[in-house]
Amino acid sequence: MIHFVVLISRQGKVRLTKWYSPYSQKERTKVIRELSGMILARGPKLCNFVEWKGYKVVYRRYASLYFCMCIDADDNELEILEIIHHFVEILDRYFGSVCELDLIFNFHKAYYILDEILIAGELQEPSKKTVARLIAAQDALVETAKEQASSISNMIAQATK
Amino acid sequence: MAGGSSSSSSSFSTAPAPSLVDSLFQRSLDDLIKALRSQPAGAEPSLLSRAVAEIRREIRSPDPDTKAVALQKLTYLSSLHGLDASWAAFHALELLPSPSPLHKRLAYVAASLSFHPSTTDVLPLSTHQLRKDLSPSSPPPFSSLALHLLSLSASPDLALHLAPDLLPLLSPRSSPSSPLRPKAAAAALRTLSVCPDVAPLLFKPLVDCLSSPDLRVVSAAVGAFAELASSGDPTPYLPLAPEFYRVLAESGSNWILIKLLKIFTRLAPLEPRLAARLVDPLCDLLRRSSAQSLVFECVRTVFSGLPDHDRAVRLAVDKVREFLASADDPNLRYLGLRALSMLGPRHSWAVEESREAVIRSLADPDPNIRREALHLIMVMVFDSNVVEISVLLVNYAMKSDPIFANELLDAVLTTCRRNVYELIVDFDWYVSLLGEMARNPHCTRGEEIERQIVDIGLRVRDARPELVRVARGLLIDPALLGNPFLCRILSAAAWVSGEYVEFSRNPLELVEALLQPRTSLLPPLVRAVYIQAVFKVLAFCFSTYIDQLEISQLSSSIVESNTAAAASCIADGIAGMESTDGIATGDKPASLFSSIENKDPFTCESLTKLLILIETAVGPLSENDEVEVHGRARNLLGLIHMLREILTWKTEEQGFIKDNRIGEIVNLLQSMFSEELGPVSVNAQNRVPVPEGLVLEENLADLAWTLTEDDTAPSMSISFSLRSHQHGKTKDAAASSVRSASLLAEHRKRHGLYYLPTEKDETESNDYPRANDPLLPASQGDVPEDLVKLTKQSLIPRKVKHTKPRPVVIKLDEGDGVSTFPSTTVKESKDDLLSGAIHDALLGEGKPSSSQKRYSDKSSRGRVKDIADTGESVSQSKENLESGNREHRSSGSKSKHRGHGKERHRSPQKNEEKEEKNHRNSARSSHHHERHKHRPRGEALLNVAPRAPVIQHFLL
Repeated sequence: MIHFVVLISRQGKVRLTKWYSPYSQKERTKVIRELSGMILARGPKLCNFVEWKGYKVVYRRYASLYFCMCIDADDNELEILEIIHHFVEILDRYFGSVCELDLIFNFHKAYYILDEILIAGELQEPSKKTVARLIAAQDALVETAKEQASSISNMIAQATK
Repeated sequence: MAGGSSSSSSSFSTAPAPSLVDSLFQRSLDDLIKALRSQPAGAEPSLLSRAVAEIRREIRSPDPDTKAVALQKLTYLSSLHGLDASWAAFHALELLPSPSPLHKRLAYVAASLSFHPSTTDVLPLSTHQLRKDLSPSSPPPFSSLALHLLSLSASPDLALHLAPDLLPLLSPRSSPSSPLRPKAAAAALRTLSVCPDVAPLLFKPLVDCLSSPDLRVVSAAVGAFAELASSGDPTPYLPLAPEFYRVLAESGSNWILIKLLKIFTRLAPLEPRLAARLVDPLCDLLRRSSAQSLVFECVRTVFSGLPDHDRAVRLAVDKVREFLASADDPNLRYLGLRALSMLGPRHSWAVEESREAVIRSLADPDPNIRREALHLIMVMVFDSNVVEISVLLVNYAMKSDPIFANELLDAVLTTCRRNVYELIVDFDWYVSLLGEMARNPHCTRGEEIERQIVDIGLRVRDARPELVRVARGLLIDPALLGNPFLCRILSAAAWVSGEYVEFSRNPLELVEALLQPRTSLLPPLVRAVYIQAVFKVLAFCFSTYIDQLEISQLSSSIVESNTAAAASCIADGIAGMESTDGIATGDKPASLFSSIENKDPFTCESLTKLLILIETAVGPLSENDEVEVHGRARNLLGLIHMLREILTWKTEEQGFIKDNRIGEIVNLLQSMFSEELGPVSVNAQNRVPVPEGLVLEENLADLAWTLTEDDTAPSMSISFSLRSHQHGKTKDAAASSVRSASLLAEHRKRHGLYYLPTEKDETESNDYPRANDPLLPASQGDVPEDLVKLTKQSLIPRKVKHTKPRPVVIKLDEGDGVSTFPSTTVKESKDDLLSGAIHDALLGEGKPSSSQKRYSDKSSRGRVKDIADTGESVSQSKENLESGNREHRSSGSKSKHRGHGKERHRSPQKNEEKEEKNHRNSARSSHHHERHKHRPRGEALLNVAPRAPVIQHFLL
């Protein structure tokens, strides 16, 4: 299973973290520090796998972002590379040629998308279309709720004036 | 207000004043992000702490919007800036019931990031809300959020309480194409692994998911089983093998296939018939699939699951070779090496076949690939090729980067050291290799090399001449003295040349090397070893000289004049030493040492020179701050003064011989150092028998007497210098050193620490050619070419006729455990619980009627054909099934299963009963029992007996 997903920028800034195994906050900070030191130091054209404390970290760089996933030693590294690519493609489709800034300002949306792809550290939705559809449906739900709320609050606000 | 705030500005006329201000002037997440981004680098901590203070205030607001925004900001800060958010768990909980999807989503994300199953104390409070959101009446997106949270932060209690609520989501009836079913399967996996007690409840629906028409459901279920099978004992899942096999045959999705293969990797070693049936589909996949991930998974399954099926292994090895050959994809090269290392030594031919690629990988730009290749090569080292491989690696270490160079050295050192050097036949070669390693500029493995040099000196008598030769090379080189990583090696070299000085060709040169000015760069402890070595060499020189004199005196009269000359020479020398060094020896400094090389090494000039040299070099050290250096320097100077005194006192003809004192001193020293130091077993102390007549004193009053006597009796300066030199090497501290030596010898003899005599002529080894000499020119060549040279050498073991016999290597008993094997990892009790629980669940499933139906179903479909050898096992399986059902019935009907888990804990009596019953079963099927012998007793009793028949039942 995937133990955690971390997105790190080339400068070492964390852009997204998701933990599928329980880690305390202290451990999380330590893990990120260690991994970013290891992964950012690796040059291009090297393999995408790093061994780390009996686990394996599969990473892949897209533009200035490193997508890293930590898996068990007997998991399939190539499959994880495909999952990373899958995630990136869905992000790309959702944001329209995604860039780091999109993730910075819409970090919770990135979480919603990731949650549709992975659950409990396992891939659960291999279809890009379905993920896009589910996310769109949720967004619509939120939007209508927002509109309703604002219209009601407007009404109340007007009524109380 | 900076703008961009959510729609919260105008609707809070009812809110209390502080929160109205808060919500009016609340910064949105965007504001916070912008502020953080525009901040200069150093100011971030203060900004963060201000933001957290702000959030702490806002999050207490009764207004849900304000609270939600505060929570969102906190989530951002905790997940990306590593701030602690556990304090806000309750506030996240407060927002969970919100009817607004926006708030709910935020609250769930915050909760899933900050809840920790074991440390979040408000977790039980979420039970009700989760149950509500999981219920079929709530909108699917809400249920999806709840499933996520459950899968991430399920504590055993939460899992136990919410497992029944997963059932409707898992069942195919509720909504056939619901997106929730795969999520529910994933959540069920987590629930199961956290709380094994829910297995009876969730297992059956999870198995049903395997036959769902929806691929996502199948995928999730297969993923769940893959996780369960690989995290614990896979045996309980063996009965499901036909089901998995069906999915393997029917499914075309690579995602599912990879997970399935993971399961089969675990199951195949347990059941040979399953392995046999897997060969065909696996070969098919290996040939046809274009997805490398799937191919790699197949290779892994074949290598670790079916190593006995040559056809599959052959095909997989071919695929691995393709991987290794892919020049443009480092990932495949890395995985190819990984795959090869999964094959056991039985299939060393596979490594042999692709040895060229493996060895080329040592020069790969990627350190990970190099490390894998090195690992693989070291596994393939046998006594037949250890020389070639080690020499090559050590030479290659000269040219690679510092980190990898040390990894190479490490690999060679650990491999050669394994099991008390069992791989090494030619120790002369190995010793010179150690010397070469020390000369590697990147070498930081001084400690290990030091250990091995001393160790070999102690254990392998035949290696000593070469050891001394190598040590000389190291000691003589002034360049090595400046390297702080090498001082440990130099210390070992100094010790070896002192201890085995009799093998030295030129002791005087050795003394010069040990006293060269640059030794001041060494740490004090190493210097102390150097001085002690000088002491030993000096003692050796004098004793040899006196032996010579005595022999020649006996044989001829010519020698007499010689001796006289010698005596006067020494007297001259000493006199000269008083004024200037040059007078006595100045006319022939060069010839002094060159004359040593011949048969008759010591003349009185050379000895005089030696004394002068030592006195000049060691003299200043007697004022050294370091006690070790100081003490040893004083000892040495004491001896020299003593020798000189006697020499000046006795200058007449043959006085040297006649005066016994020199002879006495020298004999004394020799007897002290001539006793060999052997390796000592850690248990040696235990084996000292307590003498029969031994009466332990009741108090230690007598000790005072012993001490005073000890202090006063040996007043002579000789014994002073002798006794203070023992420094831990000689263990007995008896008053007379001669007596101590004999005692020591007796002691050692009793403990079996003497060496077996070897016939080999020791002087011969001095001329033994260095094993790696011819290879040295090769090291100048290009790296990969150099490496490929090894590829001409076969990596597989072959019988080599050794030209000379392997020397005796002293081994001690248990205390000598050089390699400590990590104790086998103890299986987590949770896993055992889980597999036990799942096994129970399977038993529940295997009611005679349904399984019987399944059985006929299967055979009618013709998927499982071999009906041979059923006779006995079927009857047996019936028997066991029956007992299994009895057990099942005793635990109540399905609806009471939740109680079942608790009941087990509560009533040990019943448990014992069950165990007894199972015990009888297991006795009946003893040959099944054997396979699981290694399992903990309790679990084996619970599981073994019923399991085996179920397997047979399904597979036949």
